[in-house]
Amino acid sequence: MFKGIIGLLVGASALAGAALAQQPQPEMQLIRAAVLRVDEERLPPISRLDLPVEDQGFAGARLAIEDNDTTGRFMGQDFEAVEVIASPDTAGAELDKLLAEGIQFVVLLADDRTTLALADQAGDRAMLLNARARGDNLRGADCRFNTIHVAPSHAMLADGLAQFLMWKNWPDWLLVTGSHPEDEALAAAYRRAAAKFGARIVEERVFEDTGGARSTDSGHVQVQAQMPVFTQRAPDYDVLIATDESDVFAPYLPYLTWDPRPVAGSAGLVPRSWHPAMEAWGGMQFQNRFERLANRPIREEDYQAWLALRIVGEAATRTQSADPAELRAFILSPQFDVAGFKGQKLTVRDWDHQVRQPILLTTGLLTTSVSPQDQYLHQTSALDTLGIDRPETECSF
Amino acid sequence: MRSMKRLLVLAPAMVLLAEPALANRVFVSNEKGNDVTVLDSETLEVIGTYPVGNRPRGITISPDGTELYVCASDDNLVRVFDPNTMEEMHTLPSGPDPELFVLHPSGNPLYIANEDDNLVTVVDVKSKQVLAEIPVGVEPEGMGVSPDGKIVINTSETTNMAHFIDTDTFEIVANVLVDSRPRFAEFNHDGTKLYVSAEIGGTISVIDPATQEITKKITFEVPGVLPEAIQPVGVRVTNDGKKVFVALGPSNRVAVIDGETDEVKDYLLVGQRVWQMAFTPDEKYLFTTNGNSNDVSVIDVAAEEVIKSVQVGQQPWGVVVAPN
Repeated sequence: MFKGIIGLLVGASALAGAALAQQPQPEMQLIRAAVLRVDEERLPPISRLDLPVEDQGFAGARLAIEDNDTTGRFMGQDFEAVEVIASPDTAGAELDKLLAEGIQFVVLLADDRTTLALADQAGDRAMLLNARARGDNLRGADCRFNTIHVAPSHAMLADGLAQFLMWKNWPDWLLVTGSHPEDEALAAAYRRAAAKFGARIVEERVFEDTGGARSTDSGHVQVQAQMPVFTQRAPDYDVLIATDESDVFAPYLPYLTWDPRPVAGSAGLVPRSWHPAMEAWGGMQFQNRFERLANRPIREEDYQAWLALRIVGEAATRTQSADPAELRAFILSPQFDVAGFKGQKLTVRDWDHQVRQPILLTTGLLTTSVSPQDQYLHQTSALDTLGIDRPETECSF
Repeated sequence: MRSMKRLLVLAPAMVLLAEPALANRVFVSNEKGNDVTVLDSETLEVIGTYPVGNRPRGITISPDGTELYVCASDDNLVRVFDPNTMEEMHTLPSGPDPELFVLHPSGNPLYIANEDDNLVTVVDVKSKQVLAEIPVGVEPEGMGVSPDGKIVINTSETTNMAHFIDTDTFEIVANVLVDSRPRFAEFNHDGTKLYVSAEIGGTISVIDPATQEITKKITFEVPGVLPEAIQPVGVRVTNDGKKVFVALGPSNRVAVIDGETDEVKDYLLVGQRVWQMAFTPDEKYLFTTNGNSNDVSVIDVAAEEVIKSVQVGQQPWGVVVAPN
């Protein structure tokens, strides 16, 4: 178990800076938050490049606190975020401790099930900022008023990729789904995206997770034989879409399909909230700041945790308040927006509390495109062509 | 007789310049091309393209026209060129990742925004020494200076403020919260108004520099253009303060604003991702850099019309016109 307070010292030392020397500051307002990361027992990933890092998510949160404090020193505001690691079994108790300390903004890095359970536990005592869970049910039938979804949903990711594939004129998809429930949930998002944008799923296949170790010495020899066999005798298709939330098979597919076809989804061209090589829209400065702080490239969960705490910081700056109730009301108001290095303002959907955001379509090294694609228009915001729009939402608060 | 006399005086100068007296050199920094394209402001033709270091963005010129300053962002310094020969004369320390800068009206010092380091660096262009480093908000970018040279404005893109810096003490004397990602700050010529653009917020804040209060927010609406694409960046004000031009980024438009009422009069269609702008000294033309179409649009200021586009280098970013 690991617990720490960041931000307090940064704010305090900045106070001594020249900027404030001749401006007597009123009492500093303190805005408190927590980052609760729920680590599950799981097998190591297929690629060691994806091995979990100790400060995953937390490093992004630390950068957000630094950014908030830099602004805060001009506004008389000081930010802190307590970092907590829990297991699915201890998460509830840890959340209770944070709530008992009076913390009313909790950034959550947890799976769908734990996110929902913690949202119900928190009730109206805190605002949760979901920085990991992607399930559409959390924004639909199981939506909770106290939860802001900073992580993009399955539907947004699938729609972002679908728009690009339609622009590319690759409308025929072979859908390969993993055998875990979350793989099936992601597959449902691709089926929906296909119907929405006029693509055809020519066939679906399920890749069974038969357990066992992920990577073994010379394992690629077997993989090289298995993947072409698994993908042979498919109807004619343009692109293979893999849904593999558990990291069981998708990274094996590129270049090993029976037919020479590109792979997208959970491998190949991957829709993401962020990518460590994104440099547009001021992203270069953001990446530099993060890498200086964390000594590693950024991951999606870092970006999402950063954005979650920037949302809190932006609300505090704009309202010039540290009152959690006032900040929460402002975040949920039509006046709220925040910048996130994606070329346009990010706002919160009032029907399911999902943060509207462009989706990056990335290969290993670079961003290939950013959705929404230009040809998809919308009466209120082009960003609402991604994910579940107001008329189709199943959420009622 | 009088005109005869003037002719005599002018003649040697014309011989020296060997070009029409009205023509000025226009310098366009090409962010991706790592070079500067030089245009002739009368013929609107490209004179030449010259390498200037890595990732050139901010570009300005000394009031006497003898030194051209280029922020070479990836080289972490400012390169100084002879504007006539485009030979590099020397470099200036800039702090890391210089993006935009502004020269004091007297020509010295230079105030540089270090986007990566939350600093404004003040550099003496003669002694080449750093005079001060001023801590500001996150991602400092836009730089403006009051006509009397007493106040320098820096905008910080993630902090969303215009910081007022006293040029005598190098201290921040006021902070004005504006909309998201403030990009650029420009005073009108009598110093009674400060225009600050907010790229993501989509607005221009008009600030009274005396009280540091926002007196008006200018918003933009272009039929058929998504609101998200309207991203104000560069701002220029005519000498008489009557016309304000605002580059609107990926909406591919320049807004023309009445400088007295601060109401939008018109939108001019220019190239793609219009970024920065510069007037000729006589304010006959306004040049705009269009980063995604690799060209410069030329606006006839009196007619408020785009009269030409000129192909320049890769991803043009900044532009300055020689004063003489």
